[in-house]
Amino acid sequence: MARAAIGSEIEKLIRLFSGLPGLGLRSARRVVLYLIKREEQLLRPLSRALEMVADSIKICSCCGNIDTTDPCCVCIDPKRDLSVICVVEDVSDLWALERARVMNSHYHVLGGVLSALDGISPHDLNIKRLIERACVPEVQEILLAVNSTVEGHTTAHYITDILGDCNVRVSRLAQGIPVGGELDYLDDGTLAAAINARTIF
Amino acid sequence: MEWKETGFILGVRPYGETSALLESWTRDHGRAMGLVRGGLSRRWKGILQPGNRIVLNWRGRFSEQLGVFIVEADHLYASELMNCPLALLALNVMNELVHIIPERDPHPRLFDSYEHLLNAMSKGYVWLADLVRFELKVLSELGFGIDLTSCVATGDVDNLVYVSPRSGRAVSRSAGLPYSDRLLPLPPFLLDDTLVTNDIPLLLQGFKLAGFFLDRHVYSFRKIAPSCMREILIKRLILL
Repeated sequence: MARAAIGSEIEKLIRLFSGLPGLGLRSARRVVLYLIKREEQLLRPLSRALEMVADSIKICSCCGNIDTTDPCCVCIDPKRDLSVICVVEDVSDLWALERARVMNSHYHVLGGVLSALDGISPHDLNIKRLIERACVPEVQEILLAVNSTVEGHTTAHYITDILGDCNVRVSRLAQGIPVGGELDYLDDGTLAAAINARTIF
Repeated sequence: MEWKETGFILGVRPYGETSALLESWTRDHGRAMGLVRGGLSRRWKGILQPGNRIVLNWRGRFSEQLGVFIVEADHLYASELMNCPLALLALNVMNELVHIIPERDPHPRLFDSYEHLLNAMSKGYVWLADLVRFELKVLSELGFGIDLTSCVATGDVDNLVYVSPRSGRAVSRSAGLPYSDRLLPLPPFLLDDTLVTNDIPLLLQGFKLAGFFLDRHVYSFRKIAPSCMREILIKRLILL
């Protein structure tokens, strides 16, 4: 019978780590060993931080963002432009836009996109709250920053339709050649979109 | 085992962190699934979109296996349809309908209709009547086709204006008039495949007819929710 080389608690930790994106069992073992060797500098602070986040995590009732307060820090920020709401598919998209520091607006997280095969209907998305927010007099523009996919565009068209009664301008992100993109390597669709959306230079 | 065929993408789901599970629609192999290694990479994102026509090379040890796809772009319909809300909704409806067909069951006639419809949508032709015909063809391929050749009551082949919800067969004007409130209206474009129309009330009649039988034979029968994309498309048509 094979003897256990490590205790069940450590084994459990390795299994939990191996479920994280980018980590397999082998990398999880390395991570756990690394943490154990740095107990005071990493293991204990990490454990405390995880517990703290788990206890205080909240979904913003206004925009759907993930934060430790409700409303989230984006919604209560007085320096943000109240007239624009940027609609994103997921919290990771919101974080990406914030990282780029290109938006100073408020956000709205849909929590996914309409998908025929996955059976995701408008009721499964955070659309009702978006309509309520769009009807507030201060809001003048809804920017649909959804991914340029079939599902993303289907969702964008649907939202544009249902916002028809609200007195807001609906815009979407531009499509075309990415920074550093080479024409030779671009697909036909991106090239066509870039040609159609060309601007005066 | 190996086969190579041109087909359409119905859907793509993540598999692990880098690969994708591709659901395709081919003429000779029907609805076929396979793994695309590295399918979630930025390089493949634009190609692996629903509606795109690709060349599929499937490899597996047994035909029952999931298998691995090596794909190559052929015609990228998705980007051509992205600015047309009705066409995008129709694409979703078509993919949802093909999705209910059993896997690895070839339906060449339905595949041809799918391709024809997608071509019409990308070129901006009048195609909504073809979508209704496509829905009825799906029912027919599943074994629940409606019979519009003659009147179920009198055998007449002319003046067919209703469909019996019970038998799924056409009813002539004279035979159906006393029961018109219980019969489904039959739009003329369903009697002639060459007829094209943009007449919204007629198209809505067609969608109502196909929807009734889809609900009875597919959605209610399988206890699945009716297509929300179809509902959105019909609502959009009503507003036109």
